Amino acid sequence: MSNMILKKEQLIPGQTSKLVIDAPHIAAKAEPGSFIILRVCEHGERIPLTIADTDREKGTITIVYLVLGKSTALLEELNEGDSILDLCGPLGRPTHISSGGTVICVGGGTGIAAMHHIAKGHHNAGNHVVAIIGARNKELLLFENELKAFAPEVLVSTDDGSYGHKGLVTDLLRRRLEQDNNVIEVVAVGPVPMMEAVAATTRPFGVKTTVSLNSIMVDGIGMCGACRVTVGNETRFACVDGPEFDGHQVDFAELRQRLNAFRPLERESYDHHCRCKCHESK
Amino acid sequence: MKASKKPVLPRVPMPNQPPAERVRNFDEVALGYTPEMARQEAGRCLQCKKPRCVKGCPVEVPIPQFIAALAQGDVEHAYRIIKTTNSLPAVCGRVCPQESQCEGACILQAKGQPVAIGRLERFVADEYMHRDACGLITGKPECPYIDPEKKVACIGSGPASLTAAGYLAAHGCKVTVFEALHELGGVLVYGIPEFRLPKEKIVAKEVNALRELQVEFVRNRVGGKTFSISDLFAQGYKAVFIGVGAGLPRFLGVPGENLNGVFSANEYLTRVNLGRAYSFPEYDTPIIRGRRVTVFGGGNVAMDAARTAMRLGAESVHIVYRRTQAEMPARHEEVEHAIEEGVQVAELCGPLEFRAGENGSLAAVVLQKMELGEPDESGRRRPVAVQGATVELPTDLAVIAVGTRSNPVLLENEPELKLTGRGYVSVDEETGETSMPGVYAGGDIVTGAATVILAMGAGRRAAKHIARSLGCAVED
Repeated sequence: MSNMILKKEQLIPGQTSKLVIDAPHIAAKAEPGSFIILRVCEHGERIPLTIADTDREKGTITIVYLVLGKSTALLEELNEGDSILDLCGPLGRPTHISSGGTVICVGGGTGIAAMHHIAKGHHNAGNHVVAIIGARNKELLLFENELKAFAPEVLVSTDDGSYGHKGLVTDLLRRRLEQDNNVIEVVAVGPVPMMEAVAATTRPFGVKTTVSLNSIMVDGIGMCGACRVTVGNETRFACVDGPEFDGHQVDFAELRQRLNAFRPLERESYDHHCRCKCHESK
Repeated sequence: MKASKKPVLPRVPMPNQPPAERVRNFDEVALGYTPEMARQEAGRCLQCKKPRCVKGCPVEVPIPQFIAALAQGDVEHAYRIIKTTNSLPAVCGRVCPQESQCEGACILQAKGQPVAIGRLERFVADEYMHRDACGLITGKPECPYIDPEKKVACIGSGPASLTAAGYLAAHGCKVTVFEALHELGGVLVYGIPEFRLPKEKIVAKEVNALRELQVEFVRNRVGGKTFSISDLFAQGYKAVFIGVGAGLPRFLGVPGENLNGVFSANEYLTRVNLGRAYSFPEYDTPIIRGRRVTVFGGGNVAMDAARTAMRLGAESVHIVYRRTQAEMPARHEEVEHAIEEGVQVAELCGPLEFRAGENGSLAAVVLQKMELGEPDESGRRRPVAVQGATVELPTDLAVIAVGTRSNPVLLENEPELKLTGRGYVSVDEETGETSMPGVYAGGDIVTGAATVILAMGAGRRAAKHIARSLGCAVED
């Protein structure tokens, strides 16, 4: 059945989960870099999530999400066999895949899953993929094995040093750029501060740097401009012009500010949800 | 025609919710005629031999005939007459700019009091709504035979597509409508607010009537992304109608436009109408409830945004317009309603800058004072900046309603589709056919942002040619 959750896996219990969803019409057209908009239930809001993987033969897509507020909490309540009410996609411009060299793909947090799909696209196009992934500690690291399946090099950093390099992904990136002249592109997907730091790291090297932006979206088809970002002094819509842009051109400060626009209401919605759940359980 | 000797009675007024009350809810403002009012208003029609009103209607509803039936108290007959050319009368009776169409052409207009054709159409549609569905859409009590081989795809579910789908199904075609959003109706659900066009009571009912004609609706499918036009032909569709509208918002291009608190009207209205954000947190889509709201633009969308802001509890709402209130393109009725509800008009002002407060969010808009100069190519006097005259308006929420452009999502993925210089789909004016054989288009994606009724007229014209090309019997 369309939109049915075929497989659910808690990657980090209580925090991050992976869903494999039956969506043949999306799987048939999705490319690395594509995203979907979903609505969990009636009364629900539309939220964007990157497609972490697809299987065209089985007609499935994979999404990975961090439980952060009400909508992702509602998503987390669904189990295998349940269906997602509305699932729309694939959306956005697919990743532009350049060829003939080394591509360093940097991922942080849940962004590693999205980065993984882009890295796979680069690998399939014949590029040498170096994956650099980071998390606060070993337990919060995602998709290391999935990346190892095709990336010849997977470099890991943790903030606390519990696994791999102790420090930030940008330390590993800088070291790598100093050693290697064949890097044709750096891709970064993760929290805004991480993508901003990656762009700052690559700038002195003059390496093309692509970031996948996670702005607030409503329709996801270019109708409203909620997701607008400033890139090279021009206003662009992340949903139709992106979500990937030149990291050296993005106004990250503005993006950070815009992501905070609904914070108090997001908290109110989550609290309201928790209160209602509390009533139910009584 | 000679003026009637009888004095012309004034038109029967439409009962409305009182402003002080309605500004606190999202219920429909206009309450509709009672049967008695409708019959009285219908009696004002002079039953012209050569009715000008019909020529003023883009879908050529036989207006004197339906009004005559209504005057005799035969609502069902009146409904069937309307339905011969108009598939969404409950919508049209509410949102058409009748003053510049049918009513503008009415002979009684000379006396300033044309027949209230829109209100009568609305009355007939609402009265008939609860009756059988096939009659509802076709005006005929029995459903036609639908030929499963005559498959037609409509992309988009706004007024143009719904009209095309209704016409095609009534003529025996098997229609599938593909909609990108999760709810059907296009601008009827995301754009026009509940207080002008109820979603459950009216739009959903008109859509459901189409289901009775075996029209299939598939939501969450984006033309150009989830499927291409060639995919549709590969799946056995014999013809395609493109009715995807002109949904890409224009911005002003002035500093500070990306500050938090600045919204396109599309975003603001989509959150409230489609997301039901007025019921947050019962519904999950949030909306910022501005205290001091400024809306840029003078069209119906600007009025909708301003009136929505009032209902969301704003202390003050200003509409900023470059010309004067008299030149506003919005319907007079909408401007009047907005002002009755407390919306203020800042005439002869243009946008200069959005300013942030200490928290980085919008705190004020800076406006350039204008005066009217020489007439421009549209014949209207051009607004000219008064040097050095600026004014700052404290604002914590701004809505930009200065129009839309064609949405590139479908078009840039269909390079064979020939476009006009302005980026809209180029069609044969007579048939609505595009440069791709068997692919038709109509509504805002062809004309740029216009009205519901013009989109419906285009949908109907194209559907007639599609039906004929598929071998259906079509009246001329």
